[in-house]
Amino acid sequence: MTVLANPQLWAGTLSLAVPLAFPAIGGTFSERTGVVNIAMEGIMLVGAFFAVACSHWTGSAWLGLLAAMAAGGLVSWVFAWAAIRIAADQVVLGMAINFFGAGITAFLLNTIFGYNGTPTTTPSLPMVTIPALAHVPVLGWFFHQQSILVYLMLAVVIASHWFLFHTRLGLRMRAVGENPLAADTLGLNVWRLRYTGVIIGGILSAVGGAYLSIGILNSFDVNMTNGRGYIALAAMIFGKWTPFGSFGAALLFGFASSLGNALQGNQVPTDLLAMLPYALTILALAGLVGRSTAPAADGIPYLPNR
Amino acid sequence: MNKFWRNALRSIGMPLLASLFAIVIGGIVVAAIGYNPLVVYGSLISGAFGNLYNLGTTLSGATPLILIGLGIAIAFRAGLFNIGADGQYWVGAMVSVWIGYHFTHLPGLPHILLALLGGMLAGGIWGGIVPGLTKAYLGAHEVITTMMMSYIGIFLVEYMIEEQNAPMRQPGSFPVSPPIAGNTQLATFLPLNVFQQAQLSVGLWIALAAAVVVWILLQKTTFGFQVRAVGFNQRASRYAGIRVPLYTVLTLGISGVFAGLAGGVQMLGVQHQLNDSFASQYGYTAIVVSLLARNNPFGCILSGIFFAALNTGGQNMQQVSGVPASLTDVLTGLIIFFVAAERLIPVLRAWARRRSPGRRSHPADEGGTLA
Repeated sequence: MTVLANPQLWAGTLSLAVPLAFPAIGGTFSERTGVVNIAMEGIMLVGAFFAVACSHWTGSAWLGLLAAMAAGGLVSWVFAWAAIRIAADQVVLGMAINFFGAGITAFLLNTIFGYNGTPTTTPSLPMVTIPALAHVPVLGWFFHQQSILVYLMLAVVIASHWFLFHTRLGLRMRAVGENPLAADTLGLNVWRLRYTGVIIGGILSAVGGAYLSIGILNSFDVNMTNGRGYIALAAMIFGKWTPFGSFGAALLFGFASSLGNALQGNQVPTDLLAMLPYALTILALAGLVGRSTAPAADGIPYLPNR
Repeated sequence: MNKFWRNALRSIGMPLLASLFAIVIGGIVVAAIGYNPLVVYGSLISGAFGNLYNLGTTLSGATPLILIGLGIAIAFRAGLFNIGADGQYWVGAMVSVWIGYHFTHLPGLPHILLALLGGMLAGGIWGGIVPGLTKAYLGAHEVITTMMMSYIGIFLVEYMIEEQNAPMRQPGSFPVSPPIAGNTQLATFLPLNVFQQAQLSVGLWIALAAAVVVWILLQKTTFGFQVRAVGFNQRASRYAGIRVPLYTVLTLGISGVFAGLAGGVQMLGVQHQLNDSFASQYGYTAIVVSLLARNNPFGCILSGIFFAALNTGGQNMQQVSGVPASLTDVLTGLIIFFVAAERLIPVLRAWARRRSPGRRSHPADEGGTLA
């Protein structure tokens, strides 16, 4: 049990949760308004690539982050347009975005930066240790040398919850995801609210991607998200389409992965430890959480006859 | 023209149109960065189909895609999304290889059948037991469970060969299993030397036969009817007396059986042993195979060949024209996008009509019917 007193375990938990929590909350925004979003993986890759590219070109990692958000917003705008305006099948569309994102980032990486990868001089986002937090006994372990995006994530979790459940716009977005016809009858603009949800989701997913490329590293690699977008999808469902739930699921995942890392070097083979997060998720899903019910109108295009 | 042919034409026409759109956009992109699109696409096509060897390589690559795609299509028909076929493929591959290098006293054909059955069973268990039962009785979302089981499966197979003294590892410095017995290797698709070089095995015949089996299963049997009924309307199916939980387990299991069979066929026909080739990700490409085929078994054959062609052709394209092979992933994304956006054309037409003065669009024109 000494492993539980290892500060790196807890710092790792939080750090590994970030690239899952952002897209999971992003997906929550999208699906709460009634648009099934499995495109997080592709949007994350796009975000990760443009974060590095613009960070390199402008010399500022913050501009890189902005570029990632813009690129993620743009891709999700196209996604939203096809899903909402022309009522395309949202699952198929999501897979399309995932393939497109993987392809276009690899393609741009090779045509712009050649086959040697992105420049090693690319600036990355700052690491921050808040002195007041770092010296609190257990809590300090979590916040040792974390990327600035870790703190942003915590803010986003709280802000998203407040926005979705305590503001008028949030209520309207959820209404559109549950019963668009009723919402439309009451004068809400179903399509515009859905656009808002999907694009907020895309921006958040792209930040999750940027965390991988300029948060903990300063480079982009082909397919560097490595399935995190799909795990974020799982975290979103696991978290029952709520920001806190998504964050909790991301933390659980981060903890299990971090535990696997911390236990490395013991007798247990690495591959068996690597199964831990996935096995834990199934157990938790089957045992604790049970039936997760999507927003009622999730995935159903709304086509008013006007 | 009867209904069958009209459906066939429609289910081929839309994906063709989508591919055409994607190819044109891809061509514009390629031209914009200073390459000649004709040269680029020429090298792509000749790399995929240019000679018998390239054709053989393409068809060999298509074999696992068709098989897994069929399984995913069955699940889609029941309204279930089997996103974890990759793990089912690998677990199937593992069991087939294990049987392949044990039981060496068996004669060839029974040994092959045993190995393939083992792979199918393993894939079926991987897809059916945990994802199926938790979906049917606990309501756990199959997208999560199949994917989680997929990762677990791949790590399990990796564990089997990765470290020294791993259970299935052949002593030596490479993470590989022992090779399967010589008489379990699948024969060549057609007795041609060039197909042997291209590693095109009778696995393709198996894939083609599987498509027929799936078509009969889905269209001509009560079981298939009930699977489709569950996919169409779960509540109505339940009131009609269909045991929805049972069908959930069975459908996810059968979906896994095909992925496991693909793993077995690939091991017996091409790789002949387990090695560290987990990046192939057939399970994910197979999702788009069944999407492009719109879950039609015969469509899966065509779209499986199509995506395999993009893959083999893409490598040739990179060598010949210098355009990165990842362009084919961009094309894949665009094709799937346009397949999904099938209502693009009526919407554009309605827009154009509205813009042109003197004509009013009829509201019903906008979009037509929902698919």
